[in-house]
Amino acid sequence: MKSPGQLSKIFKIREDIPSKWYWAGAIVTFVLILLIWDLVCRLSLIQSIFLPSPEFVFTTFIQLISTGSYWNDIGISIYRVFMGFLLAAVIGVPLGILAGTFKLSDSIIIPLSEFIRYMPAPAFIPLVMVWAGIGETAKILIIFIGSFFQLVIMVADDTRAVNKDLIYAAYTLGAKRWNTLIKVIVPALMPRLFITLRLIMGWAWTYLVVAELVAADSGLGYSIMKAQRFMNTNIIFVGILVIGLLGLIIDRLFVLLGRVLFPWSGGDR
Amino acid sequence: MAAEVESITEAQRAIDVVHLTKIYHTTKKEIKAIDDVSLHVDPHEFVSIVGPSGCGKSTLLKILAGLDELTEGEAKIFGEGITGPGEDRGMVFQAYTLFPWLSVRKNIEFGPRLKKMPVKQKREISDYFLKMVNLENFANAYPKELSGGMKQRVAIARALANNPKVLLMDEPFGALDAQTRSDMQQLLLQIWKREKTTIVFITHDIEEAIFLSQRIYIMHSHPGRLADELNADLGLFDGSELVKPAEFLKLKDYIVSLLKK
Ligand SMILES: Nc1ncnc2c1ncn2[C@@H]1O[C@H](COP(=O)(O)OP(=O)(O)OP(=O)(O)O)[C@@H](O)[C@H]1O
Ligand SMILES: [Mg+2]
Repeated sequence: MKSPGQLSKIFKIREDIPSKWYWAGAIVTFVLILLIWDLVCRLSLIQSIFLPSPEFVFTTFIQLISTGSYWNDIGISIYRVFMGFLLAAVIGVPLGILAGTFKLSDSIIIPLSEFIRYMPAPAFIPLVMVWAGIGETAKILIIFIGSFFQLVIMVADDTRAVNKDLIYAAYTLGAKRWNTLIKVIVPALMPRLFITLRLIMGWAWTYLVVAELVAADSGLGYSIMKAQRFMNTNIIFVGILVIGLLGLIIDRLFVLLGRVLFPWSGGDR
Repeated sequence: MAAEVESITEAQRAIDVVHLTKIYHTTKKEIKAIDDVSLHVDPHEFVSIVGPSGCGKSTLLKILAGLDELTEGEAKIFGEGITGPGEDRGMVFQAYTLFPWLSVRKNIEFGPRLKKMPVKQKREISDYFLKMVNLENFANAYPKELSGGMKQRVAIARALANNPKVLLMDEPFGALDAQTRSDMQQLLLQIWKREKTTIVFITHDIEEAIFLSQRIYIMHSHPGRLADELNADLGLFDGSELVKPAEFLKLKDYIVSLLKK
């Protein structure tokens, strides 16, 4: 039995626990889900055509990644995500910063973005196919539509969240507007911007799959679609897991890069 | 003749505030933050403004810094009307406002960097002020690694590195513990004596105001009005030692009684 003292130590609101405990929690969860999945398959509670066993999914995974064509699918999917994401970021970040800095640009950019944001990106797919066929442009465009407007609104919010006292401090040190924007607002914004980009990257993955499910002849989404035609649920599982895994890796890279780039961040401001 | 003499001294004043009124318009109502305040600060003078919370101290300082606009009256710096913020008026804020992405040294060099000073000169300036606030060993630290007192020392150094004619300080030591606070007060006095900066210091700590300043303005709240102007340059202290406790108490009691009204 744990003493209540120890329990209350672990369940302190928003306090750290030893990282050993944290990782134990994470690993146990994963293993548990895997075990339940395995058990369900072993007891044949669900037909294997609907739920392939973990073992089967794993061997499929090994098989698939030892073929070059699967890596092609992975490569093309990553390419699309990054192009769509970069396009959205390159245009969206400056617009968001402008909207968060000047009320007039806000009035031009934000209401429109809010409006379009509520139009679901998948609804644009037929239109995009009419405009751009099913080439790369189409996929990138769908990812762009899905993430851009959201990005602009979030970056504008991040910009508005920059402490006004910092701006005042810059003014009293002789900074004019341009310098204040470039030398204070932009650097102050960076850590938050990075978190926003990380979130948007997650969205970009979602829209990638949406785009590839309907309008593609390559990529991970397409491989899932193709597998469905032949009831290869194991391949569908692998496809979903690989997409999840890639997303996780990119997400972790963002976190790592953030730590390297902004060692000054954190603490009180 | 008399008028002429007066106009000369007025032009020489570091700060001249005449019948200043500030009204904030919110969606619901109008708030008169400052009502008809007139005050002045001479060059090299250390003047404190004391008053209860909400009496418009920060508002007044922001107007002097050019960060806010007055509604009526005049506010002049060395005879010229204030039209906006400028490097001639440095400011140390109530809250911590160091740039978190810059090291202590880079924070201090922020003003000189805006002026595009050569690297060597910037370095000399930051060295000088790092030494002044005893933070040579923290030149490369980020603000998040500093204690509250250290942060405010950097903020003072950063403002002074710009060589302002006037230093505006808004309760800079308000968030510090008693010991750190008293260390900071002594440091500030040292700096003031050495640099001969004009300082306008806001506080609601009466003893702090008496210890630091030559003159004290007392304000009332709702609306923010001037209650009195006092001479505090009475030689009450020798260094940090209180040598005239009776006079000190008298002055303090008087201010307390004013604030109670
Ligand atoms: N931006 C604003 N909009 C509306 N009212 C304001 C604004 N800034 C200040 N006020 C009002 O003006 C009055 C004076 O505020 P100010 O911040 O100058 O007080 P203060 O003397 O600095 O108080 P404290 O000692 O608590 O810092 C207050 O009643 C406050 O509510
Ligand atoms: Mg205040």
